[in-house]
Amino acid sequence: MSTGSQEHLRRAQQSSGAGAHTSVHPLYQEWVGYEAHDVHEEHEEPLVDPQLLANALGWFSIGLGLVQLLAPRAFGRAIGVGEHPVLVRAIGAREVVNGIGLLSQRSTGTWAWSRVAGDALDLSLLAIAARRPAADRDLQRLALATSAALGVTSVDVYTAQALARVPVSEPAEMVSASCAVNSSPQALYAFWKDLANLPRFMSHLESVTRIDERTSHWVAKGPAGMSVEWDAEIVRDDPDEGFSWQTVPGSEVTHEGTVRFDRDLAGRGTIVRVQMRYIPPAGRVGRQLGRLLGEDPQAQIEGDLRRLKQLIETGEVATTIGQPAGRRSVLGRVTLGRRLQ
Amino acid sequence: MKAVCWQGIGQVGVEDVPDPYILNPRDAIVKVTATAICGSDLHLYDGYVPTMYRGDILGHEFMGEVVEVGPGVSNLSVGDRVVVPFPIACGNCFYCERELYSLCENSNPNAQLAERLWGHSPAGIFGYSHLTGGYAGGQAEYVRVPFADVGPLVVPESLEDEQVLFLSDVLPTGYMAAEQCDIEEGDTIAVWGCGPVGLFAIRSAKLLGAGRVIAIDRYPERLGKASAAGAEMTVNYEEVDVLEILKELTGGRGPDACIDAVGMEAHVRGVSHAYDRIKQAMRLESDRPAVLRQAILACRSGGVVSVAGVYGGFVDKMPFGAVMNKAITIKSGQTHVHRYMRSLLERIESGELDPSFIITHRLSLDEAPLGYEMFRNKEDECVKVVFLLVPRPSVASPISIPLS
Ligand SMILES: [Zn+2]
Ligand SMILES: [Zn+2]
Repeated sequence: MSTGSQEHLRRAQQSSGAGAHTSVHPLYQEWVGYEAHDVHEEHEEPLVDPQLLANALGWFSIGLGLVQLLAPRAFGRAIGVGEHPVLVRAIGAREVVNGIGLLSQRSTGTWAWSRVAGDALDLSLLAIAARRPAADRDLQRLALATSAALGVTSVDVYTAQALARVPVSEPAEMVSASCAVNSSPQALYAFWKDLANLPRFMSHLESVTRIDERTSHWVAKGPAGMSVEWDAEIVRDDPDEGFSWQTVPGSEVTHEGTVRFDRDLAGRGTIVRVQMRYIPPAGRVGRQLGRLLGEDPQAQIEGDLRRLKQLIETGEVATTIGQPAGRRSVLGRVTLGRRLQ
Repeated sequence: MKAVCWQGIGQVGVEDVPDPYILNPRDAIVKVTATAICGSDLHLYDGYVPTMYRGDILGHEFMGEVVEVGPGVSNLSVGDRVVVPFPIACGNCFYCERELYSLCENSNPNAQLAERLWGHSPAGIFGYSHLTGGYAGGQAEYVRVPFADVGPLVVPESLEDEQVLFLSDVLPTGYMAAEQCDIEEGDTIAVWGCGPVGLFAIRSAKLLGAGRVIAIDRYPERLGKASAAGAEMTVNYEEVDVLEILKELTGGRGPDACIDAVGMEAHVRGVSHAYDRIKQAMRLESDRPAVLRQAILACRSGGVVSVAGVYGGFVDKMPFGAVMNKAITIKSGQTHVHRYMRSLLERIESGELDPSFIITHRLSLDEAPLGYEMFRNKEDECVKVVFLLVPRPSVASPISIPLS
């Protein structure tokens, strides 16, 4: 394996923020020859899990917001701003929305920053309240409220910053699977090495075409006739034992894989071991690719190997798609999907 | 074409569905001439097997005429008269090479479903839920038969459909249940359940040299057929305590082997039945294992419990202490039909065996809903329902029923 491609692989791994989602088969390091050390060790661990903090702030927002919505006058008097029910209710509504946003666990970072913005607004409202003529007798309450608001603001800022440091999770999982096939390593190597065979058992692939000795062009199926394409090169080749491939530098998609064909010790055919990873690019195409690779890349690769086994052993892939059936229920059509037509 | 479809718990109907066609090179299309309801179809009918969907075509016991073969099938030709084994087996995998056809690794397209429930997947089965492949079944005018170069057995024209139809399932199933008992000359074998499988297990145990077969059921007509099949003793469990009588008959030692030909919807006398009914209804246990419990307790030390009845999920209150301390061997499995078909066909051809004695009802496919209901409720002394789709011109004399 060339140093250039090794460097490429390492770069790909780091850019994916891998480590947390990577379960590397011990053999894989040996095969591919790189250290799959935990990249996330380089991250500075936050003191408190920011997601937990975000949840706590979410509930705090909802609680405070409900008090403001239900008892705006009492709340106003308590913090020393006087009775401004409409304004306090508006602030309450904002708090509730913000709280639900934080708890929904979707784009938590944005909701945390939105809390910081709300804090700034609250602090300026408190400042205005302090300047009104009747403020003198409420001065103590106002001071208390302001220091409380300042305290909350600092927690909000901390949470928002910490959340920004958490790497966004990606569907860039490394998946691996193995399967005993009633055939010889030589036959399996020859079958797999002819990359045009891959779409016959890898259900998400449309085609793989050879460009030259080492490189090939891959097309993956997408929803609604969309497709994603990339070029891959073979980076390690052990005849009759296995090989590794990966996308060429600069591809939109990062994909890498290794397959090994180990003769079963008891002479019962061959154990095929595969390890693969797709790192989709950010943006629309990336999301599409993520979706077409399925919710569960592990199940996907297991299914692929099962089909490989069927193809090698029986010459065909077992199916029921296209067979007759009586009238289906709506539920049946939804659950069975294309599995049963 | 017409096909019997599952329409919900306790509901089947004959629907018009598209004809099947060849999907894979090793497929064949068979025009069905005779098909039957199996006791295990009742587990689907009663809703105890998960992953059934409305519209699924039922039936895994069928035979007929080959009307089309795929390019990968060279040993069959159009016009051949065949019986089709209920498990679908590739003939190439680890298990098929060892003649364990019902464990074929390559014939279940939904293997991942079965793996989640059972750890590994058995072979695909015609018309038997999506756990075992979701294949359209044989209670229809036409069936697509995958791996047709391995399964279907060509049968001679001299034999009637009714004589060879049961090679598809219940006859080999009863035979395997008996074979699993490792019968030695003079052994006592107890058989729970005198439905088709139990009756063939009794018949096979005698063929394999059992000294004495004790048949257990509660329906007099079934116990009558058990005697006809060769059982020396019949026990009506509603009248006597099964464990007591088995002890008494064997001088306290217990039968050398016990066959459970009942399965997951067992009925026994007493509190334990109510207990299992309630737990099963509350979905706390998927199967009612009353017969299995009884067989384990009754079996002599060092004996074999052979389980031919179907179980799907989880059972409760299994006397596993008895299995361990009495050194019981439990043998089970869906039948490796392909392994037994040829030799059983020879026994039928030689006249040693005529499986048609179990048939009580001959119906047309349109009468399927009635057939299911009757068989389910054991109405009209129903033991076996067959649907005859194409009446064959009689070649031999009308079938006699020599054993009843
Ligand atoms: Zn059956
Ligand atoms: Zn097989």
